[in-house]
Amino acid sequence: MHEVDVQVTKFKFGQTSRIDLWWAQPLTVLLVLSAFVAYATWAAFQGVHYRFGPYLSPLYSPELWGNPLTAWIGGKPGWYPSWLVFSPAFFILPFPGGFRVTCYYYRGAYYKSFWADPPSCTVGEPRKTYWGERKLPLILQNIHRYFLYIALFFIADLAYDAWNGFWFNGHFGMGVGSIVLLVDVVLLGGYTFGCHSLRHRVGGVLDRLSGSPVRKKAHDCVSCLNARHMTWAWCSLCWVAFTDFYVRACSMGLIRDWRIF
Amino acid sequence: MASATFRIWRGNKNGGEFKDYATEVAPGMVVLDAVHEIQATQAHDLAVRWNCKAGKCGSCSAEINGMPKLMCMTRLSTLPLNQPIKVEPMRSFPLIRDLATDVSWNYSVKTQIKPFRPRKPDTPDGTWRMAQADVDRVQEFRKCIECFLCQDVCHVLRNHHLHSQFIGPRFFVYAGALEMHPLDDENRLRELRDSQGIGYCNITKCCTKVCPEGIHITDNAIIPLKER
Ligand code: SF4
Ligand code: SF4
Ligand code: FES
Ligand code: FES
Repeated sequence: MHEVDVQVTKFKFGQTSRIDLWWAQPLTVLLVLSAFVAYATWAAFQGVHYRFGPYLSPLYSPELWGNPLTAWIGGKPGWYPSWLVFSPAFFILPFPGGFRVTCYYYRGAYYKSFWADPPSCTVGEPRKTYWGERKLPLILQNIHRYFLYIALFFIADLAYDAWNGFWFNGHFGMGVGSIVLLVDVVLLGGYTFGCHSLRHRVGGVLDRLSGSPVRKKAHDCVSCLNARHMTWAWCSLCWVAFTDFYVRACSMGLIRDWRIF
Repeated sequence: MASATFRIWRGNKNGGEFKDYATEVAPGMVVLDAVHEIQATQAHDLAVRWNCKAGKCGSCSAEINGMPKLMCMTRLSTLPLNQPIKVEPMRSFPLIRDLATDVSWNYSVKTQIKPFRPRKPDTPDGTWRMAQADVDRVQEFRKCIECFLCQDVCHVLRNHHLHSQFIGPRFFVYAGALEMHPLDDENRLRELRDSQGIGYCNITKCCTKVCPEGIHITDNAIIPLKER
């Protein structure tokens, strides 16, 4: 390709002519993401207090191995390493975690906040070499399109949990926790159904969408959610942590779940 | 009348410096008006490129207080006039003089993108049928005015100078408009990946942020092309 024969400006790390608070947004992303990772890790290591009445924490759902009375498969599996604390969350978190880490929105955000590549638009970078997502390891981010299928399964699973959250000992009812779980699946649905890979799958891949009205409709819906993907991403992330906190706090007896009817 | 100071880059490819110019400002003025005023009264040899004064020719691109913008569309009322307003040339392209840069690299990049190749005509009279729904998507890309602000802000060009391996957001928009066109049956995906460097884009969206035409460069052009 045609080379630029005159050397263009070189920037030092942090060098910019911007006078606004360019560091505020990347710093906020850094703090909120770090806080979430810290909380989710702590909560996953607890291994208890993830259920309260009909409520199940989203960090532990589906409960594959765990409490033999409630888990899908059974109690702690025999092959589980003895040196590792047992927690049902360990079987779950890698999947939604992988989906989020490889999400196009989060990638762009954490490359800025955690890797300063760039720290913010028109701000100088710390490193000279750059591979982008062209080579290993970051080319692996393309695995996102496969994580999507697992994420869609999780939405179905969490919808089932939300439904269960309305059933108290066989009676239909509603507690604050039922609403917390319902909002959780709605926010996660808004995030997952606005995924760029889903947008491509359902219709973006076609050049002539008008020939497939169903796919056109699906593409329009996903595009609509996709336009606010960042908002869905943050709201759902914070709400997942809050939902776990709510269930945990009820189970530990720190707060009372208020029954509406 | 109020007055404001403009800190304008003066120099050529061998070097230069910022110089301060104080000038009077009036309501409704844009940065390009102030630069013209300075050129007319204080710095007759100040090089600045412009044409339409309406945000449509893409000539007056510069960096105003560090952000790539069209000078003719940046109202002074949006800037903090109590401190000097920094106006400098785009930093990702070679400087000619003062605020004028040599953007010809972009034109040579464009020639490397395979042109439109329509499928066989739909009817014996040699015409095609297209649905509006199918061209909606590419119409967004056709709004591009080739101001190259997105190329200027992109860190792959700006900080890493990968001009020889990366065509930049403007040309992902261009390639996207062709790739997603309902009549086109050319395939540009291999070059996009291999020699045109779409993998270098780390979707940090600075290009989208600066586009004066509001094109969703990252979400609607680059990511769909990465997915293809
Ligand atoms: S999103 Fe990609 S093309 Fe746009 S500025 Fe960032 S790295 Fe460059
Ligand atoms: S895509 Fe937008 S920023 Fe880039 S050249 Fe076109 S109009 Fe300018
Ligand atoms: S792009 Fe964000 S979830 Fe797929
Ligand atoms: S002078 Fe034409 S875009 Fe500014």
